[in-house]
Amino acid sequence: MSGALQINHPSDAEPAALPPPRLELRGIVKHFPGVRALDGVDLVLRPGRVTALIGENGAGKSTLVKILTGIHRPDAGEIRVGGRPVSFASPQDAQDARITAIHQETALFDELTVAENIYLGHAPKTRLGFVDWSAMRARATALLYGLDAPIRPWTRLRDLSIAQRHLVAIARALSIDSEIVIMDEPTAALSHKEVDDLARVIERLKGQGKAILFISHKFEELYRIADDYTVFRDGRSVGAGRMDEATHDELVRLMVGRSVDQVFPKVPATLGEPVLEVSGLCHPTEFDAISFTLRRGEILGLYGLVGAGRSELCQALFGATTPSAGTIAVEGRRVAIRSPADAVRAGIVYVPEERGRHGAVLAMPVFENVTLACLGAVSRHGFIRSAEEFRLARHYAERLDLRAASLAQPVGTLSGGNQQKVVIGKWLAAGPKVVILDEPTKGIDIGSKAAVHAFMSELAGQGLAVLMVSSELPEILGMADRVMVMREGRMAGLFERAGLTAETLVAAATGNIQARSDQP
Amino acid sequence: MSAPVPPGLADDLDLRGLVLRRETLLAAALVLLLAAIALRFPAFVTASSLGAVFNDSAILIIMAQGQAAVLLTRSVDLSVAANVALTGMAVALIDAHHVLPLGLTILAAPVLGLLLGAFNGLLVWRLGMPPIVVTLGTLTIYRGFAFVLSGGAWINSFQFSPAFLALPRAEWLGVPVLSWIAIAVVAAASLVLGRTAAGRGWFAVGGNPTAAAYAGIDPGRSRFLAFCFSGLLSGLCGYLWVARYAVAYVDLASGFELDVIAACVIGGVSISGGIGSVPGAVLGSLFLGTIKNALPVVNVSPFAQMAISGTIIIAAVALNTRAERRRGRIILRPVGPQAAE
Amino acid sequence: MALQQTTARVIPDRLLGPIGRSAIRWETLLLALSAAIFFANALASPYFLDIWNLSDATFNFTEKAIIALALAFVVMAGEIDLSVSGTIALASTAMGEAASAGFGTPALVAVGLGVGAACGLVNGVLITRLGLPSIMATIGTMSLYRGLSYLALGDGVLKDYPASFGWFGQGYVWQALSFEFACFLVLAALAGLVLHRTVFGRAVRAIGNNAFAARFSGLAVDRIRLILFLLTGLAAGLATVMLTSRLGSTRPSIALGWELDVVTIVVLGGVSIQGGSGTIPGVVLAAFVLGLVTYGLGLLNVPGIIMSIVIGAMLIGTIALPILAGRILAARRRP
Repeated sequence: MSGALQINHPSDAEPAALPPPRLELRGIVKHFPGVRALDGVDLVLRPGRVTALIGENGAGKSTLVKILTGIHRPDAGEIRVGGRPVSFASPQDAQDARITAIHQETALFDELTVAENIYLGHAPKTRLGFVDWSAMRARATALLYGLDAPIRPWTRLRDLSIAQRHLVAIARALSIDSEIVIMDEPTAALSHKEVDDLARVIERLKGQGKAILFISHKFEELYRIADDYTVFRDGRSVGAGRMDEATHDELVRLMVGRSVDQVFPKVPATLGEPVLEVSGLCHPTEFDAISFTLRRGEILGLYGLVGAGRSELCQALFGATTPSAGTIAVEGRRVAIRSPADAVRAGIVYVPEERGRHGAVLAMPVFENVTLACLGAVSRHGFIRSAEEFRLARHYAERLDLRAASLAQPVGTLSGGNQQKVVIGKWLAAGPKVVILDEPTKGIDIGSKAAVHAFMSELAGQGLAVLMVSSELPEILGMADRVMVMREGRMAGLFERAGLTAETLVAAATGNIQARSDQP
Repeated sequence: MSAPVPPGLADDLDLRGLVLRRETLLAAALVLLLAAIALRFPAFVTASSLGAVFNDSAILIIMAQGQAAVLLTRSVDLSVAANVALTGMAVALIDAHHVLPLGLTILAAPVLGLLLGAFNGLLVWRLGMPPIVVTLGTLTIYRGFAFVLSGGAWINSFQFSPAFLALPRAEWLGVPVLSWIAIAVVAAASLVLGRTAAGRGWFAVGGNPTAAAYAGIDPGRSRFLAFCFSGLLSGLCGYLWVARYAVAYVDLASGFELDVIAACVIGGVSISGGIGSVPGAVLGSLFLGTIKNALPVVNVSPFAQMAISGTIIIAAVALNTRAERRRGRIILRPVGPQAAE
Repeated sequence: MALQQTTARVIPDRLLGPIGRSAIRWETLLLALSAAIFFANALASPYFLDIWNLSDATFNFTEKAIIALALAFVVMAGEIDLSVSGTIALASTAMGEAASAGFGTPALVAVGLGVGAACGLVNGVLITRLGLPSIMATIGTMSLYRGLSYLALGDGVLKDYPASFGWFGQGYVWQALSFEFACFLVLAALAGLVLHRTVFGRAVRAIGNNAFAARFSGLAVDRIRLILFLLTGLAAGLATVMLTSRLGSTRPSIALGWELDVVTIVVLGGVSIQGGSGTIPGVVLAAFVLGLVTYGLGLLNVPGIIMSIVIGAMLIGTIALPILAGRILAARRRP
């Protein structure tokens, strides 16, 4: 199953100095309805070493984490902890095997105290079976002291910052006396200084012999923190080795699988007159002083770290939240957008990041989803004309190459990529002028990705204006005519396509000013 | 604190937080309410009269503790009043027919209540049914069984054994046993909600069910335990109610579930789960109890009670909703030294 | 690549034909159930099949069923309204007072409908404008509306209704077809059309399934919710006119506990309490099932409170049994 590896497999070339694996995965397979999330992946974690898990969004990293923490069960493959095969039926089993994950959105409890968050589910007990609160407090204090974390164990969690929450999550991992610690993008929302603090904590954990799986998109961090790496692509492990033996280019090539030009069918666009003009848009808590112009046929990329306020900006443009100041004009006319209904009327549509929550109505069939935003066009006097509705739905289903058993199939039973096609179809049916796409290819398979990208180009070619939020640098560099970067709710730069490099964007997004000299 | 505290650490005693806490505000509102009544009817605010208000609110206080536990887990128990009616009728019949010794008769109430609560909890846990549907159904079923047991007849004061009726009224240190039981239940509830794994689990499950499952807590089981707790306390109140008013009938405590929920909501327990406290539920019950007791004193028709309860529920929910909305993630950081570096 | 195949590949509209679709539905089960109850009743009591008896039986549940038609939309949109019985008390009190003041029948009907709609509007405003959870808001207004009725009437009773007013609850439009039942049939047809054929009905289902996505699709979610609560109040107002006319008097305890029966009809009719799915034929059939059960038990002299046990058990059973049956089947399949 894993014969396609391109680089030395850890078990092939085994330097004698390496300790035996703490965790070994062989040929893990996991299917979801319509998707092969993992298609035979291998992974090795060793005590005292940090292994970086590298891969694009949708490569299967999150699924792997869920398997390792007992939330999903693999369909095939073997998990060995300390050499012994194990199988996890529940999160409790994974905890008993001393595996802990620190999730992207750290799974903690606002109303409980720091000590309780650390010890929830495994609190120290007195002989009578009651929770031993003084022991819990003392141990939590010791753990936090050991992490150099200036947090009182009796504070309620809701009063902590994001970085402090991460420290609490790490303390939780240590409290279980975990041998294997999984960190799923722990640095996504952290500032530079906070990342430094985290690196020190990880160094300390290594010293204690923990095996650490570190997931991140930021190569600079990976070179600093990780010892080994494994690369996932489309649900397979395509490479593994020592971090200091791999170059940046090699890793990117493994991750993407081909060069950027091949993936992105960007046609050179002729830009027309301005369609969307945003000026001085502010929000009391999310973003500040955002101004830009979007022209006919243009794809404007919006880049930034998770939590930089990109989605929030999009939602304000779409009327889902109300900005406190600033103006929005469509085709030269100022529009007041107070609700999504206003935005749709003005010709602005939004393909949200969370498809299942904000995009599609999963329980409803394909045709009802496609016509949801243009019910006026398929009805007369408020009555829906069924034939008309199916005709319209079929038109967009075929145009987007939708893979469904029938138009009456509930959208929730389609694969992620096909769900996204339904959401995009819904908005095309509404006849928009501006299309906002928020992480349009997050978590969808490579085939659907290509379809979405091709379609985006086609839309721009037909004179629509596209605003595309993406965290994937190849996607931004490949698709966008211009790129706007946001950092901590503010504009951190606006760059033309010509000569733009990933480094420039990352520097602007992280606030590392040195690299930011070549562009306006 | 004796341990060295790193600089820049907020102190444990947050005075501003204490002042702005829901419980403090509610206590202040209660004092204001009493003061307003005292201005015109000083007799209402004497020690004995306040003691009577507490005693009258005792059953509400006890049941509010159970309901608070259920609400914390993002559920609701509408069957509590029917539980009181059924357990009350059952122990009344047991006593009237001298089936069991007194101690066992009284003990039967919380046990039967626990079983009724467990039935609710099992349907919610094992079948994954929505709590509102389950308890809406069992609310009629339980009250219906009170009818089946009694055949629709009333059990009147002369049919009870004197000791059965005397217990809640007996006084110890000048305070009725009913009040002592309420105090004991509040103490026990503080312990359960604040100090046991099950109780803390209710907060976790209501606050973030997915994360609770990740942490190895079964949300269904946690809800089941909350329903058991609520049923146990309702059953206890079945005996207390019947003994205190010396009568048992099918429509006993009809509609009381709304008062119980209202007391919790006034006390700041969120119906979307995860937020609430024992002092809050106690204060909410006392607030509602005081108003109901004060109405006849200030010459308001007793028929106005229901309308006032309704208005208070709406106002309390509106306040809670506003308070919960204000919380949220903040992205924008102030422009400071970090941005200028 | 894939683009060439596109033109050749045709996605069918639906996989099952109309008969295949109806065979696997909840409504079919309900239809069978109501037929079974009908025959069991006919066998158990010789009076059951008398056409006038049957017609009288419809009065028992027609008023509740009319409210259930409106509440079905509310539940399908993922909300709930527990205040309907309070609304009836308040509306009936207002009608009684108006009758005492000497107003004629048309004015009384207007007062009943108007007060009902106003109660619904208050619910809607609390829920959509102030953002209160509907269950708590309507538990509050349930007390408030009935409380206002108690405040006005105390333990009194109003019965100064004009003679012509009795027709709404006791009159017949054709042979044994009562005004109440005819009204219900017309409203049921209307509700079915609106839910299953119109843009409004589609929007209601979308909101119930995923209010976020509905809002993000440009639907006016809050306005639609407000309309639903208003309509439920209006339906309760209509039920008030019928009930008050039938009883000929108003007490503050009128229609006590009705919210439970109405919710039971809706849930038994296959409307998901979490919102999003359900049909009007299902609700109509559920109303028939409940009506037939209470009527049949009534003929056998079973007391009302036992009937409420049956109703409560049906509410739980209709949800629990399919889950249990599914589990047992799944367990069998695994050796």
